[in-house]
Amino acid sequence: MTSTTALHAKHLEAGAKMVDFFGWDMPINYGSQIEEHNAVRQDAGMFDVSHMTIVDVTGLQAKDYLRYLLANDVDKLKDKGKALYSGMLNEEGGVVDDLIVYHFDATNYRLVVNSATREKDMNWLLDKAQGFDVIITERPEFAMIAVQGPNAKEKAATLFSAAQKEAVAGMKPFFGVQAEDLFIATTGYTGEAGYEIMVPEAQAGQFWQGLLDAGVKPCGLGARDTLRLEAGMNLYGQDMDETISPLAANMGWTITWEPAERDFVGRKALEAQREAGTDKLVGLVMTEKGVLRAGQKINTENGEGIITSGTFSPTLGHAIALARVPANVGETVEVEMRKKWVTVKVVKPSFVRNGKSVL
Amino acid sequence: MSNIPTDLRYAATHEWVRPEGDGVFTVGISEHAQDLLGDMVFVELPDVGDKVSTGDDIAVAESVKAASDVYAPISGEIVEVNEDLEDSPELVNSDPYGDGWMFKIKADDPSEAEDLLDADGYENSIDEE
Repeated sequence: MTSTTALHAKHLEAGAKMVDFFGWDMPINYGSQIEEHNAVRQDAGMFDVSHMTIVDVTGLQAKDYLRYLLANDVDKLKDKGKALYSGMLNEEGGVVDDLIVYHFDATNYRLVVNSATREKDMNWLLDKAQGFDVIITERPEFAMIAVQGPNAKEKAATLFSAAQKEAVAGMKPFFGVQAEDLFIATTGYTGEAGYEIMVPEAQAGQFWQGLLDAGVKPCGLGARDTLRLEAGMNLYGQDMDETISPLAANMGWTITWEPAERDFVGRKALEAQREAGTDKLVGLVMTEKGVLRAGQKINTENGEGIITSGTFSPTLGHAIALARVPANVGETVEVEMRKKWVTVKVVKPSFVRNGKSVL
Repeated sequence: MSNIPTDLRYAATHEWVRPEGDGVFTVGISEHAQDLLGDMVFVELPDVGDKVSTGDDIAVAESVKAASDVYAPISGEIVEVNEDLEDSPELVNSDPYGDGWMFKIKADDPSEAEDLLDADGYENSIDEE
């Protein structure tokens, strides 16, 4: 059984090349992945992300529940609409999924989790909710469109009502607001400014067309992957999974250790991992010909590692990668590429922000 | 439907071959192959003067998505390579049967090309994938 989003007909209409993405028939590109990538870096592009899972968590103990469920601490969220990125861990300290949680008040939150892990996540959320006074509600009636790029906000705003424009005026990064029929958030997965917009399914096609008419370029999953990798953002299932500690996936910053009394799922295991030390996720840069690819083996002076995500960076014009390596890695590592060992440079796991190289 | 010119010969590994006379054949990859690979970012070509045998991996077409070997469809000597691909690998995507050609082989035995697939044969081999 293949699922389709409310925008499926729009993708076919645009001549998109469709692929199976964990049971969803989704556009991989609409012609050229690189042109789509560049549109987001230089102007404005949009992605159908309706396959992602939206879950509302409400009830008297919504906050207590999320403080137990997540490694990051929703108690940090004071402003209405503020969002937080977090891992959801298992008892062994592995990552069940990564997600964004929007805070409206202590009894009302919205989560956005990955589509590939939807069923597992829903079971996990319900299982961990036992004993808490919370209601967990999936919201499949919304489509979601990410509009990203330096001109994305301006172009998206051409479709907003006066009230919606007012609602997003001056909104800082990582906030979300319900404005009439749209939920508009200043979040994304590209390293550019923009919005992620939840729109009722019945209006999704019209909204997408409006964005097209405003000059926003449709972009597929291919560009989404190269953009997020340039931005140094993890992809669940590739850069981390249930067997990988967040400490070995550049997610240490998403763990809130204090207050020490806060018990969250995986805390004990995580403390032991921190004590023992873990691998770490680094960036790799190769300026010679060739492309670093996921799965390529790495040798360092202190042991082996592996490339978890790799690609040709259209913005930089050379190969980049994320790699899990021993913590005390040096300035270079050896990567096995097509039966040859190649020396590549180790950098922080972030390559491009707001259209510019951060190397 | 993929564009498969009827005046060319094809290998099941997606190379096309065009006779240029004097036993010289131009080789590239099919539109179907470039479509499978997606945007090309590097093309590694053989050196002029290389002796190649049918089935040798002699070039690499590297796209955003994957690196794919390109095989010698016939035996012979490399007499020219498409140097434009160095700076413009996307020619393989935009014009796979024209400006996106990869190399030219002087065949040891020009009749070898006749054993390759014709357009119908290649189309059938794609359909069976």
